Amino acid sequence: MLGKLTWDAIPWSQPIPLIAGAVVMLVLLGVLAWVVVKGYVPYLWREWITSVDHKRIGVMYTLLGLVMLLRGFIDAIMMRLQQALAFQSGGYLPPEHYNQIFSAHGTIMIFFGAMPFVIGLMNFVVPLQLGVRDVAFPTLNATSFWLTATGALLVNISLVVGEFARTGWLPFPPLSETGYSPGVGVDYYVWALQISGVGTLMSGINLVTTILKMRAPGMSYLRMPMFCWTALSANMLIVAAFPILTATLAMLALDRYLGFHFFTNEAGGNMMMFMNLIWAWGHPEVYILVLPAFGVFSEVISTFSRKPLFGYRSMVAATLFICIVSFTVWLHHFFTMGAGGDVNATFGIATSIIAVGTGVKIYNWIFTMYGGRIQYATPMLWSVGFIVTFVIGGMTGVLLAVPPADFMLHNSLFLVAHFHNVIIGAVLFAAFAGLTFWFPKAFGFRLHEGWGKASFWCAFIGFYVTFMPLYIVGLEGMTRRLQRYDVPEWRPWVLLAGVGIIILFAGAVCQVVQLVVSIRDRDKLRDEMGDPWNGRSLEWATASPPPAFNFAVLPNVQDEQPYWTIKQRAIETQQLPAEPDYQPIEMPRNSPTGFITAFFSTLTGFALIWHIWWLVVVGLVAAYAIFVWFAWRDVEDYVIPAEDVAKIDRERRHARQAWLDANARVGEPA
Amino acid sequence: MPTGPHWLSLRSAGPATTGRLCVATLALPMILAARAAEAAGVLDPEGPIGAANRQIMLNALGIMLVIVVPTILAALVFAWWFRESNTKARYRPGFAYSGRIELIVWSIPIMVILFLGGVIWIGSHELDPATPIQSQNKPLNVQVVSLDWKWLFIYPDQGVASVNDLVVPAGVPVRFMLTSDTVMNAFFIPQLGSMIYTMNGMVTQLHLQADRPGDYYGLSTMFSGDGFPDMHFIAHSVPADAFEKWVAGARGNGPALDQAGYADLQRRKSRVQPFTYRSVDPHLFEMIATQKIPPGPGPDAGRGGPGVHPQPEG
Repeated sequence: MLGKLTWDAIPWSQPIPLIAGAVVMLVLLGVLAWVVVKGYVPYLWREWITSVDHKRIGVMYTLLGLVMLLRGFIDAIMMRLQQALAFQSGGYLPPEHYNQIFSAHGTIMIFFGAMPFVIGLMNFVVPLQLGVRDVAFPTLNATSFWLTATGALLVNISLVVGEFARTGWLPFPPLSETGYSPGVGVDYYVWALQISGVGTLMSGINLVTTILKMRAPGMSYLRMPMFCWTALSANMLIVAAFPILTATLAMLALDRYLGFHFFTNEAGGNMMMFMNLIWAWGHPEVYILVLPAFGVFSEVISTFSRKPLFGYRSMVAATLFICIVSFTVWLHHFFTMGAGGDVNATFGIATSIIAVGTGVKIYNWIFTMYGGRIQYATPMLWSVGFIVTFVIGGMTGVLLAVPPADFMLHNSLFLVAHFHNVIIGAVLFAAFAGLTFWFPKAFGFRLHEGWGKASFWCAFIGFYVTFMPLYIVGLEGMTRRLQRYDVPEWRPWVLLAGVGIIILFAGAVCQVVQLVVSIRDRDKLRDEMGDPWNGRSLEWATASPPPAFNFAVLPNVQDEQPYWTIKQRAIETQQLPAEPDYQPIEMPRNSPTGFITAFFSTLTGFALIWHIWWLVVVGLVAAYAIFVWFAWRDVEDYVIPAEDVAKIDRERRHARQAWLDANARVGEPA
Repeated sequence: MPTGPHWLSLRSAGPATTGRLCVATLALPMILAARAAEAAGVLDPEGPIGAANRQIMLNALGIMLVIVVPTILAALVFAWWFRESNTKARYRPGFAYSGRIELIVWSIPIMVILFLGGVIWIGSHELDPATPIQSQNKPLNVQVVSLDWKWLFIYPDQGVASVNDLVVPAGVPVRFMLTSDTVMNAFFIPQLGSMIYTMNGMVTQLHLQADRPGDYYGLSTMFSGDGFPDMHFIAHSVPADAFEKWVAGARGNGPALDQAGYADLQRRKSRVQPFTYRSVDPHLFEMIATQKIPPGPGPDAGRGGPGVHPQPEG
C-alpha cells in the first residue's frame, strides 16, 4: 500500500534532523493556524495562490528563494561547524548525515535559492520594463512557480522522511546508482529536480516569448533595458540547457528504477557520459544565474551613477557572446579525466574566452560610474562590492581553466572558494541589490537603508573572511566534502572560515531585521510617486505597487531610456503629458490550475520516491485532468472598465503632478 | 523611536570607508597566499610535474594580475571620486559611448586571453598526465586501484603490493596505471603534481616523480561515499637502495594478493591501516580493469535500503 514507506523512514534515533524537522513543522503549523484564525485564507487563495499576475508570482518566487537561501545557509553553518570540530575526530555529524548536508546545501542553494530568486526578479521586472501588462502565458507562469515550490517541498520533506542524496549536489554515478546508493536520497533528488525542472523550462519559454513578442510600441530590441537583454539570454539558455538536465536525470532514473545501464559500471554503462551531459547543462546553468545578475548591476549602476549605461550596444554584444560561448566549455569541469592535451587545451581556451565578455562588461560598468554622480544607496554598495569581488573570482576561475593548474586544484577547497566567490559575489549580491532596488516598486515602500547597509558590510567582509582561507587551504591540498581530516596545517584556515561564516550570519540577521523594520516603519518609507531612485526604465513610470494592469496605456517608446525621456519632458514643461483616452483593459482571470497541478505533482513525486505505484497513477491522472479542465474553460479574461482604469491612473498622475510641483520649487537637477 | 543603525549610513563619510576596506581586502589574499606558500601543498612542489604545474599557474596568475589589479583600482577610484558629495568631480551625464574606450575595452581582455591561450595550449600538451617524464632512469610501474575506502598499489615488476602506503624511489619517474574497483575517485599527491580520476572498467595514466626523499600526503579528491575522508595515504619517496630493501621486506611477509585475497580487500572498510602483500597475481590489475573481476559491492543489504534511514557502517 505504501511502497517502501514505513515508520523506519523517520530518523527516530537522530536528534538533529528530528528536532529540526519538528521545529519547521511547528512553525509551518503555527503560520497556517494564524492564517486560518485571522481569516486570511480566502484572501491568500484569491490574491496569491490562484494569482496569474506576473508581479505576484515574481514576489512568491523571490520569497521562496529567500526562505530556501536561509535553509541552505543553515546547512552551510552546520558544515563549517563540523569541519571546525572534526580535526582528528569525528565531529558532531556522522558521515551519512554530513554527506546529506553538503548535498542538500548545493542542491538547495542553486535550484531552490538562487534560481527562484533570479526567476522571481525577472518575472516581476521584465514585463514592467518592457511596458506590457503580463507575461505571454500567465497561467503557465503560475504553474511554473508552483512546480518549483513542489521541488523545494520534496527536498525539505527528505529531512524527516527518509534521507536526502549523499552524493554531492550533482549525483555522479556510479555512486548514485542503486548499487552504491540504495536509499531514497538520490530518488528525492531526481524527482525534486525533474518536477521543478519542468517548471523552470516552462518559465524560460514564457519569458523568452514575452521578450521576443510582447514589447511596448516602439521598443525595438536595441531599446530594451539591459536587464531584459540578460533575461532574454538567460532564458534562452534555460530553454536550451534544461532539457539536457531532464534527459540526464531521466536516464539516471531509468537506471535506478528499471535496471537500465546508462551510467552503471556493468553492462556497458558509462559514467563519463553522465559527467559530460550533466555539465553540458551545468555550465550554462552558471550563466543562467549570473547573466540576470549582470542585468541587475547594469540597471543599478546606471541609475545610481545618474548616467545611461556606458557602451549599451557593447554590453548587448558581450551578453550574447557569453550566452553562446557558455555552451562550449563544459569539459573544464573534468580536465582530470585524462582526455588528452588537445581536448583539454581546446576547452581551456574556450573557457578563458568567456572572460573577454565578462571583462568588457566590467569595464563598461566602471565607465558608467566614470563621470557620474554616484549615490551610495544600498543597491549601489552591493554593486561596487560585486565588481571588486567578481573580478577576483573571475581571475581564479580563469586560473582553474588552465588545465595544468586545474590538475592541482580540481575538487579542492580552492575550487569551492572560486565558485562561491562568483556565485556569492555576483548572484547573491545581485539578488540583494535587486531586492532593495525593486522592493519599493513591488510593495510601495522602501527597505530600511541602515539595516541594508549593515547587511552589505557583513556579507562583504564575511565573504572574504570565509572564503579567502578556503583558497589557501585548497592550495595546501585540502579537498572538498571531507567529513573529518587530520592534517594540522589545514586547521587554522578551516577555523578562520568558521569565523567568517559567523559574520555572514550577522549579515543574514541584518537582512531579516531589515525586512521586519521596514514593514513596521512602512509609512515613513512610503514611495508615493512610484520613482524612488530617479529611475530610467519603464517600471518607474507606473505606480508603486503597480496596478494589476501595470500601465493604463501602453507607453510609446522612443529611445533607450524611455521613462527618463518622459520624465525630462515633464520636468521641462512642468506638466504631465495630456490625459489619455482610457479604454477598458482585458486581464487574464485567476486560475488554481498551477496550484492544483503542483499538488498532484507533489503526490506523484513522493509516490515515485517511495514506490507507491497506485499513488503515482492517481497523481499523474489528476494533474493531467486539471490541465484538460483548464484547456476547456470558456472565459479567459475579465475586463477592467475604462472608468476604473481612469480612476486608478488619475491617482498616479496626481502623485506625479504633486512631485512635479514640489520639484519646480526645489529645482531638482534630475 | 529606534530606527536601526544610522551610524552605518554612508551618505557623509561612506565611500572613504568603502575604499579603505576594499584595499585592505585586496591585500589580505596576498598576505595569506604568502603564508600558504610556506606550508606543504601545491605551492611547495617536490617533483618536476608539480613544479611545472605551479610555474604555469603562477605565470597565468601574473598575466592576469597585470590587468586585474588596475581594474579593481580603477573601479574603486572611480566609485570614490565620482561620489555625489565630491563637488570637484565633473558630472558628465551624457558620457555613454566612446569608440576609443570601446576599442580598448575589447582589446585588453582579448590580448590577455591570446597570451593565456598560448600558455594553456602549450601547458596542456607538455603536462598531459599521460606524457612520460624524460629521465635517464627507467620508470617504475605502479598500478593503482581505488577501493571502498582504501588505495591499493600494485608493483607489477616487483611482484608486491601495498595498501594505503605508496613507496617510490626518489629521482625515478613513476608510471601510474589507475583504475577503480567501485565508484569514481581521483588520485592526488599535492606536492608531486597532477591528479587523475580512477574509474571502473577504465585505465587512466599518470606520470609523477619525487626529486628528493620525503613523505608526501596523498588523497582522493573525488567524493566516494561514507569512508571518503579515510582515503588518504603517505607517499614515501626513499633512496634507491631503501626502495629495494622495502621490496625485499614486503616479499618476506604479509598475505598473498590473489583473487581470493582481492575479494577480501573489496569489502567496504574505512580506516584501513597500511600493510603489504608478499605476492600479487600478475593479471589482477588487468582483470579488475576489464571487469573480469566484478566491481566491488555496495552497502550491505538492509542498510540505507528500502524504508531504512541510513545507518553508520564500516
